[in-house]
Amino acid sequence: MLSGNWRPGGQRTYLGGMYRYDAVDKTLVTERVAQFRDQTRRFLAGELSEDEFRHLRLRNGLYIQRHAPMLRVAVPYGLLSSTQLRALGGIARRYDRGYGHFTTRQNIQFNWPKLESVPDILAELAEVEMHAIQTSGNCIRNTTSDHLAGVTPDELEDPRPWCELIRQWSTFHPEFTYLPRKFKIAVTGAAQDRAASLVHDVGVHIVRGPDGNLGFEILAGGGLGRTPIIGQVVREFLPREHLLSYLEAILRVYNLEGRRDNIHKARIKILVRSLGIEEFRRRVEAEWENTRTAGPRVTAEEIERLRAFFDPPAYRALPDTDPAAGKSTAFRAWYRYNTTAHKVPGYRAVFVSLKKPDVAPGDITDTQMELVADLADRYSFGEVRVTHTQNLLLADVEQEKAYELWRALDEAGLATPNIGTLTDMICCPGLDFCSLANAGSIDVAKLINERFDDYDYVYDLGELELKMSGCMNACGHHHVGHIGILGVDKGGQEWYQITIGGAAGADASLGHVIGPSVAKNEVAETLARLLDVYIENRQAEERFLDTVRRLGVKPFKDRVYATSAAA
Amino acid sequence: MPRRLLRDGQIVVDDWSYLAEAQGNAAAPLILTLAEWQKERDTWIARGGRLGVVLAPAHSVAVLVPDLEHFALIGAEFSGPSEGRGYSQARQLREHWKFPGELRATGFVRRDQVFFMARSGFNSFELPDTEIEAAAAALSTFSAAYQPSNDAGLPFKLRRRSLGTPASA
Repeated sequence: MLSGNWRPGGQRTYLGGMYRYDAVDKTLVTERVAQFRDQTRRFLAGELSEDEFRHLRLRNGLYIQRHAPMLRVAVPYGLLSSTQLRALGGIARRYDRGYGHFTTRQNIQFNWPKLESVPDILAELAEVEMHAIQTSGNCIRNTTSDHLAGVTPDELEDPRPWCELIRQWSTFHPEFTYLPRKFKIAVTGAAQDRAASLVHDVGVHIVRGPDGNLGFEILAGGGLGRTPIIGQVVREFLPREHLLSYLEAILRVYNLEGRRDNIHKARIKILVRSLGIEEFRRRVEAEWENTRTAGPRVTAEEIERLRAFFDPPAYRALPDTDPAAGKSTAFRAWYRYNTTAHKVPGYRAVFVSLKKPDVAPGDITDTQMELVADLADRYSFGEVRVTHTQNLLLADVEQEKAYELWRALDEAGLATPNIGTLTDMICCPGLDFCSLANAGSIDVAKLINERFDDYDYVYDLGELELKMSGCMNACGHHHVGHIGILGVDKGGQEWYQITIGGAAGADASLGHVIGPSVAKNEVAETLARLLDVYIENRQAEERFLDTVRRLGVKPFKDRVYATSAAA
Repeated sequence: MPRRLLRDGQIVVDDWSYLAEAQGNAAAPLILTLAEWQKERDTWIARGGRLGVVLAPAHSVAVLVPDLEHFALIGAEFSGPSEGRGYSQARQLREHWKFPGELRATGFVRRDQVFFMARSGFNSFELPDTEIEAAAAALSTFSAAYQPSNDAGLPFKLRRRSLGTPASA
């Protein structure tokens, strides 16, 4: 039987394991372009005030930034077809300055479009089943997920059909379009949490219930920003047909009771904290009594319809091999760091590193996008994924083709062998682009890369997550970095506060501030001192994070501030 | 000057008066604030005639529940372009408390919001007079929707994805 991702007519041409628009999706996106075109026209004609237009454009991913508008395009749970990535490359070339920036929410941002061109960009995006709906503003944002969904061996169930269900349900949800503040949902189905779900407004975990059936554990109240908080369990087990009605209950309690008087206290985490999880849960469950009958109940037919879109591609029957054997050191390093296990023998998931030392983390040029699209067609069933760590992933690569793929990526500067290491850092656009930022982050990333350019040293440090934000809004997730760097403004100067011991996975924790912030030219030296303490004290296979957890902050702090780091 | 508004997809002259507007007209359908209603509840009931009440964003619909039968109209006020509590108030009133009367959006109401308001259960909209025609047109901004909802105020049926069926459709 043909399912959603196979072309009809008996031709078994795989379209990429992703959701394809039908008439309803197409209609909505097209009508949205028309609506936004009219809103932009009214603003440019002076019929809409700056403030009124702000509320409207923000719901469509359009910020007015330091230099120019910034347009954020949604990449639903990080999945792109090669056609879509090619279209993004074309948009980067024709409307921007030849590049785009992938974000920690698996989306892409263009930093230089003209306001009056935005409706045309949206129209081009609609042609390839893309949009910028709800990529900003106080509404339900792009649902994020595990970039290894469907291919990772440690998965209970593929979360993508549920992500798509939530995407549709949350798109233009009439009740939740004017929330107190933005609202982010992450869904995972694996043992390891690669979507930072514990620091989301709502985390949805696929779990097996007491009756043996799959359902969901629902968490709420996590978040970063000024007040970082780890999410708490609202419901341990939710039968699957109730997912949307339960989310409606949570959203309704938040919409009605979340604070609207203070933007810094308006996220759901503040409501959950002020009520306490018990009372929050009681209110949600009481409201659920209403939404469970009046709200949507997910039918088995609908979730099956969505699941069919994510059918596995036509894998070949292949043995597992070691393609690194006998190859160059450079390839072996890349294969070790930039590829990861696949549940199907003979296959490997391959990271496309967007962390080249002299390039802003997450940035990619128009021609690189087109190249990755071509490589996806050739090596990975025409599908590309965006990771929340700001890299790309080709999820289904034959191990035997890894070498060819590496050569093509390496030639294009997309094979920096650093995934999961110190230099695979997460970084927001910072002061260079963002009007909110207090301090630069891209130039600090550059300084760090210059300091730690010895791969042997970086590899010896092992798994290390360095995350950097240019301001308290924490777009760079610094609170949950093993090492976090936060840009702060001190009397007009850019300074950096360092935290250690944060983590974003299933064992999520918030980092501890080591002490007074340091000047820009001291950041790399400070990191070196922290890493020295780790190297001197680590036991066996201990990661930096584990050593910090075992020893506490003190020895690290003592070393950093023993004498001026700027010596 | 009579007030025009958008009701059930049509532009009509408002047949309701707020208390301040109704002086001397004892029979006029009357819209009260929650405070006015609560202060002299029994007097208003004794007065007879149609009654309406307007909730502020912070009011819980629960305060009206024991008295729902007395109201032919409930209004929800929007305090500005980012206000969103009225959408939830409307759905609670329509879906849980089965309020059958006129549900009116007041305050900051513009063409850009009426589609969502209508889908949440509002069937009438008080807007700046210059905005009314555009708002009537904006009720058909979208011809499709993903979610099951009331769509009380939309003059036509939306094409809809069956994400789920509301048990009490």
